[in-house]
Amino acid sequence: MIWFVAGMLLIALSGVPGLFADRHGRGGERLACLLVLAGSAAVAGGVIIALASGAPALLTRPWTVPGGELALRLDPLAALFILPLCLVVGGGAVYGLGYWPQREHPGNGRRFRLFYGLLGASMLLVLTADNSLLFLFAWEVMAVTAFFLVTTEQERAEARRAGFIYLVTAHAGALALFALFALLAQETGSLHFPAAASLAGGSATLLFLLGLFGFGFKAGLMPLHIWLPIAHAAAPSHASALLSGIVLKTGIYGLLRLTSFFAVIPPWWGWTVLLLGVISGVFGVALALAQHDLKRLLAYHSVENIGIITIGIGLALLGRSFGLPELTLLAMSGALLHVVNHGLFKSLLFYSAGSVVHATGSREIDHYGGLLRQQPWTAVCFLAGAVAICGLPPFNGFVSEWLIYLAAFGASRGEGLNLRLAVLAAPALALIGGLAVACFVKVFGVTFLGAPRSAAAATVNHDAAPSMRGPMLALLLACAWIGLLPGTLAPLLQSAVATWVTPVKAVNLAAPLAPLPLVGATGWVLLIYLAGLGWWLHRRTRQAPRDVSTWGCGYAAPTPRMQYTASSFADLLVSQFRFGLWTERHGGKVSGIFPTTREFASHTPDAVLDRVLVPGFRSLARGCSWLRARVQNGRVPTYLLYVALTLLTLLIVTAR
Amino acid sequence: MEMLARTALHLLLLLLVAPLLQGVIVRTKALFAGRVGAPLLQPYHDLARLLRKECVVSRTTTWVFLAGPAAGVAVPILAALFMPFGALPAPIAFTGDLLLFVYLFGVARFFTVASALDTGSSFEGMGGAREVTFACLAEPIVLFCLIVLARIADALSLTALLGPHLAATWRGPAGLSLGLVVVCLLVVLLVENSRIPFDDPNTHLELTMIHEVMVLDHSGPPLAMVLYGAALKLMVLGAPIVRLLLPVNTGSWAGDALVFLGGMLLLAMLIGVIESIMARLRLVRIPQVLIGTTMLSGFALVLVLR
Repeated sequence: MIWFVAGMLLIALSGVPGLFADRHGRGGERLACLLVLAGSAAVAGGVIIALASGAPALLTRPWTVPGGELALRLDPLAALFILPLCLVVGGGAVYGLGYWPQREHPGNGRRFRLFYGLLGASMLLVLTADNSLLFLFAWEVMAVTAFFLVTTEQERAEARRAGFIYLVTAHAGALALFALFALLAQETGSLHFPAAASLAGGSATLLFLLGLFGFGFKAGLMPLHIWLPIAHAAAPSHASALLSGIVLKTGIYGLLRLTSFFAVIPPWWGWTVLLLGVISGVFGVALALAQHDLKRLLAYHSVENIGIITIGIGLALLGRSFGLPELTLLAMSGALLHVVNHGLFKSLLFYSAGSVVHATGSREIDHYGGLLRQQPWTAVCFLAGAVAICGLPPFNGFVSEWLIYLAAFGASRGEGLNLRLAVLAAPALALIGGLAVACFVKVFGVTFLGAPRSAAAATVNHDAAPSMRGPMLALLLACAWIGLLPGTLAPLLQSAVATWVTPVKAVNLAAPLAPLPLVGATGWVLLIYLAGLGWWLHRRTRQAPRDVSTWGCGYAAPTPRMQYTASSFADLLVSQFRFGLWTERHGGKVSGIFPTTREFASHTPDAVLDRVLVPGFRSLARGCSWLRARVQNGRVPTYLLYVALTLLTLLIVTAR
Repeated sequence: MEMLARTALHLLLLLLVAPLLQGVIVRTKALFAGRVGAPLLQPYHDLARLLRKECVVSRTTTWVFLAGPAAGVAVPILAALFMPFGALPAPIAFTGDLLLFVYLFGVARFFTVASALDTGSSFEGMGGAREVTFACLAEPIVLFCLIVLARIADALSLTALLGPHLAATWRGPAGLSLGLVVVCLLVVLLVENSRIPFDDPNTHLELTMIHEVMVLDHSGPPLAMVLYGAALKLMVLGAPIVRLLLPVNTGSWAGDALVFLGGMLLLAMLIGVIESIMARLRLVRIPQVLIGTTMLSGFALVLVLR
């Protein structure tokens, strides 16, 4: 535990020495990076020591805040969230040396690093807090520091808007959490977190709904995801990676911690969570498909992956309601592993996207093309991340989705239609998977393959700097490790699930996870096959003439602008989702025999924020100003009437 | 030792017979059209000729261009290890292998479409867009069918799903569901292998193609691998349909293999007949047919879930 606390403090203070360093020098950023790395290593070491000891590590110190207590608890459930955090926070610090160097960003580099360290440490505190007040304190620090990361480039209107919307949603969620923990304290009589499965009856339903709302905002569940796309797009790429890979997961962690307190879980909780997961998954990926801003697209994929995690949690809750420990184990280990996996591959994708944005200066996918030649490292890392996020073997995404699928199939064997219908999560996951493949083939193909579509893409002359490449390769290795050796994680998953719900001893919980090594072995065989066949093809085509142009069906003068764009690639699928996306199309109509130049643009705004909330609040504001104009109409008789009416009301009230 | 022999038999059946099915389809279509048609072994000659040829590679392409054909062959061979061929059990079977089977084909699709986009041709981009769209709509159908089969067999590996209990199931109350599953799997087979009524492998107009247009730029050995991969995929995806329709266990491996081969040839003839008597659907109709089939598979699930 001492290692853990020391590491947390190192990360928290990593940005402080830099504040006194030279604005244009490299010393401050190197020191900060070193401190974050040392802190991450210490935290990871502390977690591993705690895990090896078998019992949760505890630390309790008095705190002067009334009711508060400096109580930390490091159990396997928290460890599964902390380990990817260490990798992403440490990797992001190294990545920042190349991506956001102090000499290129003298204005905001030091501030960025200060809040980066604070955010990392506050998340560690959130994940280990064992006291409501401490949790809320860490939660607020996390929300505010993340706000400063989103608004790093505060001179841009886009970043300011993103920061504002993020702050509003973060505090709407926090409000629900204040109510939640106040109720919880009333229920248990203490601000200390209750033990697992110790709460029964009372205001359980209200607690659950408040938690779903408050934590759902942070996690980005579908109708509450509104802050996510703009904030991820506006922040620098390594901050986006941290936001998307780790910060969202604190919402999931909160939901898991909360549901672990209850002794009895009604079936409708599981169903609600499951349905929210399916909606987030399907519409998240459909909205992603319709985007042509690279980072916004990745942000919508976070909504999709949170949906997949939530499907797993929903199935696990159902498993608890119906007393099926095997189902609970499979679903919850799938959800937890997906938490880890998403943290890894989404960070990998954001890092490689950052490398592309850094080189081309644009976030529009349709401005890229053919970058694989100039950025081979970035392309390979992005490809691996894309294969992983689509849930395809041999990478890690498949393993966690496989576990959730097995849980869904397991539900079909349950008693009663109420549980059996949960099997419908499997076709939904298949649809999500298919759409994700479509989306990432689009992004990878349009960005890295074909011919450059713009002058900026044609003049790219550098790959990711070595300091950016290192973290990318480390994440790639982590993805491949989980995909190819998934059996190594089975014990940790099992003990994490046991933290969440006390297992029924009669069931052999190792059996459902037993085929994991076979899944990994299939991945190895696939890799060997692909390598063998690819090597043979490469040898066979080495002599082939390569100075011919692509076959254009007889057309002799093709230009790069004739290539399929990201929007046209997705159009056929997006048109299937017309009912939920409402894509806007401008222009494009051609008339006459010899049409002149025409323009066409399509844009898919967010279904909730831009379609419902903004117009809704705008008309609400208009309604209020209309009402104010009626009430405050500037005529003295009306005001006298108000005075008379008030007096009359007071008289009636006091007379009774 | 026996395990090795079984794997070898499994792979030999797949690798040797797959191109023959293409020959049978072409021959059936020729008979319907009143022509003599190409010899049954023509696909083998075609493959041998293409493997000998030199190839041409566009200057826009990179190594991804070759990854498509490599994945196209590697994936069906690997996936076949999980799929029982008739009564011959699969060499590898474990709980949950059916999902690995489905997702392996996702890998093949990812790299085939990526290698199409690598050429920078608008035609190939168009083909890729159509391929992923129809695959998205076909994937829930496969899952519905697998759930139905898993519910009937109460197991989660393909070998157990397509086990000897099927003969009894046809006669039982779940027979109707099984019938619907066969229809749905046949639709998926036709979509995934780009067959009429969803796609026409013989079309000559690039604008209307789906799969063929994605491989316009492949030639020589890469094209041979694309064609061979397509033949393997037809056989691997056709195997469950044959097993569902011919749930016969003869007791000896030779008999089982013969029943399976006979079934595969019949299935190839059936595909030839469908291709001869049906017209190609308009592109906008294909999603509607696929969503309709999803409903059908959902109905099959309702029948076994209640």
